[in-house]
Amino acid sequence: MKASAFDYARPASVREALELLGRHGDAAKLIAGGQSLVPALNLRLLAPEILIDLGGLADLRGITVEGATVRIGAMTRHADLLGSPVIAEKLPLVAAAMPHIAHPAIRNRGTIGGNLAHADPASELPAVMQAIDAVIVVRDASGERRIAARDFFTGIYETALRDGEMIVAVEAPVAAKDERIFFHEFSRRSGDYAIVGLAARATGSGNALADLRLAYFSVGDKATLAERAAAVLGAGPVDATRLAAAQAALAEDLSPQDDQQASGSTRLHLSRVVLARAIAVLTGDASLAGRATA
Amino acid sequence: MTARNPLTELDRPNSYIGRAVPRPNLTRLLRGRGQYVSDMTLPRMGHVVFVRSPYAHARILGIDTAEAEAMPGVIAVVTGKRLAEVCTPWVGVLSHLKGLKSAPQHAIAVDRACWQGEAVCAVVAETRALAEDAAERVFVNYEELEPVTDMVAALQPDATVIHPELGDNLAFERNLDAGEVDKAFAEADAVAEAEFVFGRHTGVTLEPRSIIGDWNPGEERLTVHQGTQAPHMMQNIIAKHLDLEEAQVRVICHDVGGSFGIKVHVYADEMATVALSKLLRRPVKFVADRIESFTTDIHARDHRCKGRIAVKADGTITAFAIDDMTAIGPYSMYPRTSAIEANQVVNLVGGPYTNMNYRARARVVFQNKNVTCQYRAVGHPIACSVTEGLVDLAARAIGMDPAEIRRKNLIPDDAYPTASASGLKFEALSHHASLDKLLKMMNYDALRAEQAELRKKGIHRGIGIASFIEVTNPSAAFYGVGGARISSQDGVAVRLDATGRIIVQTSITEQGQGSEAITAQVTAHALGVPMERVRVILGDTDNTPYGGGTWASRAAGIGGEAAWQAGKALKANILAVAASILQADAATLDVVNAIVVDKATGTERMPLEEVGRIAYFRPDTLPPGFQAELMTVRHFVPREYPFAFTNGIQASWLEVDTDTGFVTLLKHWCLEDCGTIINPQLVDEQIRGGVVQGIGPALYEHCRYDERGQLTNASMADYLVPMAAEMPDIEIGHVVSPTKESELGAKGAGEAGTAGAAAAVANAVNDALSPFDVTITEIPLTPEVILKALGKV
Ligand SMILES: Cc1cc2nc3c(=O)[nH]c(=O)nc-3n(C[C@H](O)[C@H](O)[C@H](O)COP(=O)(O)OP(=O)(O)OC[C@H]3O[C@@H](n4cnc5c(N)ncnc54)[C@H](O)[C@@H]3O)c2cc1C
Repeated sequence: MKASAFDYARPASVREALELLGRHGDAAKLIAGGQSLVPALNLRLLAPEILIDLGGLADLRGITVEGATVRIGAMTRHADLLGSPVIAEKLPLVAAAMPHIAHPAIRNRGTIGGNLAHADPASELPAVMQAIDAVIVVRDASGERRIAARDFFTGIYETALRDGEMIVAVEAPVAAKDERIFFHEFSRRSGDYAIVGLAARATGSGNALADLRLAYFSVGDKATLAERAAAVLGAGPVDATRLAAAQAALAEDLSPQDDQQASGSTRLHLSRVVLARAIAVLTGDASLAGRATA
Repeated sequence: MTARNPLTELDRPNSYIGRAVPRPNLTRLLRGRGQYVSDMTLPRMGHVVFVRSPYAHARILGIDTAEAEAMPGVIAVVTGKRLAEVCTPWVGVLSHLKGLKSAPQHAIAVDRACWQGEAVCAVVAETRALAEDAAERVFVNYEELEPVTDMVAALQPDATVIHPELGDNLAFERNLDAGEVDKAFAEADAVAEAEFVFGRHTGVTLEPRSIIGDWNPGEERLTVHQGTQAPHMMQNIIAKHLDLEEAQVRVICHDVGGSFGIKVHVYADEMATVALSKLLRRPVKFVADRIESFTTDIHARDHRCKGRIAVKADGTITAFAIDDMTAIGPYSMYPRTSAIEANQVVNLVGGPYTNMNYRARARVVFQNKNVTCQYRAVGHPIACSVTEGLVDLAARAIGMDPAEIRRKNLIPDDAYPTASASGLKFEALSHHASLDKLLKMMNYDALRAEQAELRKKGIHRGIGIASFIEVTNPSAAFYGVGGARISSQDGVAVRLDATGRIIVQTSITEQGQGSEAITAQVTAHALGVPMERVRVILGDTDNTPYGGGTWASRAAGIGGEAAWQAGKALKANILAVAASILQADAATLDVVNAIVVDKATGTERMPLEEVGRIAYFRPDTLPPGFQAELMTVRHFVPREYPFAFTNGIQASWLEVDTDTGFVTLLKHWCLEDCGTIINPQLVDEQIRGGVVQGIGPALYEHCRYDERGQLTNASMADYLVPMAAEMPDIEIGHVVSPTKESELGAKGAGEAGTAGAAAAVANAVNDALSPFDVTITEIPLTPEVILKALGKV
């Protein structure tokens, strides 16, 4: 199918982009990498009157480190994150997630700002951002707001962005020295959106996990921190009993949906399986992964 | 010092049969200079977009086209009623499928839409985008009717009858009873049974269906540019339904981006496109978008098949019995019908084995979903999965190794000619040689040992084996005898031009499988010229001999033989001309590297360009009464056997994560016997591609409909085609038993991979899960299906 006709603007500054956005309101759509927006246009699920192309905004592109904070411009592409030594060193969980996002052709265009604004519940980055306590920096004509990642995602394709606002950057604390990470997703084919995915991090040593974050994606209408399960696991040294209790607690943390790929109950089951595998990696105790024998 | 390989037949000059030469069309295609229908723009060409029914079953109460007609760039808005004035409906039946019934189908639905996606109105505009804008302003008033979606419910007495004039929803039924089935089951040491469920899937060609109709009122001729496998069949059908003589229709087939059986059928929207061209007296183009491909390209499979097997304690299989049901959508597809797949299932079950006690029933049912029809390996994956699934169950019931039970029951290699329980005639197959070679290739015993070791560590790997037979080189028995004007013969014309170059016109077609390459190879080999000298023309009803095209693994076996014979005939004619010029005996001459030589000494006598020069420009110098004939035509069709059966065996090695239900394919083997191999690389890649298209539905591909008949995954994001990262290495081996029906001896190779891959994978999954005592007989084998079987969700 072909998109319906639209006007096109390519602002030279963030100010100009925000001005255009203010002027056209609902009739406008920002376009970043276009990897989620263009399919929606071609399917005529969306028919904006004007596209505001952020492609010319050089100051929204790039990765910088300021003290203990990494700042990623909204127009930084997936491919840039994947290839960045800074990300690999300072935000290893982001680096671990990147290869799972789509395919090279899409990563060459797709951006972190577009990805987070799109807020697909099956997308990796919204979960990763919550796991690393990132802040989403948004701006409108009147100024900037900083929104904690855990408050940013509000539902399927829904965020805390207000009319006239755009994402300008993401900021995240540099990973702690003793940070341990885990990232895994169950997807039918490599590059597909996950059926169930988990981005997890913790500090501490051995079976004692501190600051544990378990960020699930594709299990519910938005990426979700499993706080009850994390609390159970953080309450003392992790053993099989504690792990089982945490797995049980996932039923309350998550509200998995039924869809084409899997039923809610399969998703809950897989969430528990991936939790065991995560904890085995985070604690270094392989016996917790729980491989089934007949 | 290394020993030099002895010279072989392939070291002779111009010896191309059996050689992996690159395809002549490769450079053009890889440089992006192919020409697909979607690349073409004709003067005054309109683009058609179809308004399609959002309901699976609905009465069309009225269509308001006024707003759409007033939209910018709109040329015409045409309803089914209007189009029916220029295009008559069709009924997809064949007389040899006794009792098959179907209802008249129109190019555009007239008063009722019978599946979600059926066209109900056409909008023609100056561009596709403008036509889509206008299509949004066509307002159709529907009365939604009860959809019939479940195949079992469709046959219940209270079911809605989709076509009331047909009486019920049963399109076709076939029963077969051979040998003494009841006795065999009564006397069996073990009986195993299962219901096998096969999801619907489709072909997903890279290039969607596309067509341009170009009616020229000045010469009263319709030129059709179409991505099709069968130009002459289309010529006949378009003429018939647009009230034209065949001579008024020319079908041209340029490059085609994949077909797999998708592009060998008559699609309502394509018929509408050519009819619109005639109605509007200008070129009209239709290119399906991806959603249209999913909702209107033929689907395939969708079977539920109950199967039973009887076996003796020593492993002898003594009976097969099946009861198959398949749902085909609201119409039997035209003109090949939608009963062929079920008919093939009946023909093929048990086919590799000696057992002669066999009972089968197949029922073909109408429903309100997209139409199904012949897709790569028609019926074979069903028959093979049922047969091989049952054989594994029987082996398990008597505690025999899966390879051993096959060795015990496969038809012996020295038993030919012979026939199957269902009456299929086999000229020469090589089941045992194939099995032996496969087991050696995969190192079967070592693999079993590795499997046992890993099991102790909670790693569950499985080995699945599947023997198969495959219908290729079909004679008129396939369609012709049933009254369809679908040619089972093919023709090739070969010409020497005045510069010593060769032009070949063939009636087979090319959709990416290499028909053009093998035609060039065979002709060059027959003539004794370098392949670079040969130019092949295909896909044009005005400019090729009459023939069937490319489908049913027939192009190389049938079209290849015609090329061989035509090439030989031209060579004889060339030598006759040369002999008369050289005053020599033609029998003492030969052609090598495009030069006429003395056969005995190899001494060069005269290049082909000299033969051409004299024959075309100085015929006055030839002996009186001698006429040079430097163009020859030959046709070929197999006559003795209705089909050239091929055979083979596949194996899969995979791992099942029993916590997640995910399957990882580790390795796949395919051993096959397609007779003479004309181009080993093309054959191997046909097999590999075929295997992948067989693995697709085993694990991923599924057209998922809801209970209202809505296709819920009509996109590449939700319909999972198999992709490279998940595919295992596919190792291929061959046994060669040429058919004696032709001099070339080639059988088909296009579908063998697809025939057995799903069975091998399903058997391997069940083998992996054997410690858990579960058997799964449903595909696709999704993680959820496996977790459910394991009782984990
Ligand atoms: C085949 C395929 C597979 C994919 N697989 C995955 C996957 O596995 N995981 C995954 O996470 N993603 C996947 N994606 C999506 C991909 O990551 C997209 O790049 C991403 O979701 C959107 O980023 P974009 O820059 O392309 O945004 P666009 O498509 O340009 O925009 C998306 C939305 O965000 C808005 N937007 C863009 N930039 C901003 C901004 N700065 N501020 C506010 N709003 C903005 C747009 O208006 C639009 O509504 C896949 C895409 C494809 C086509």
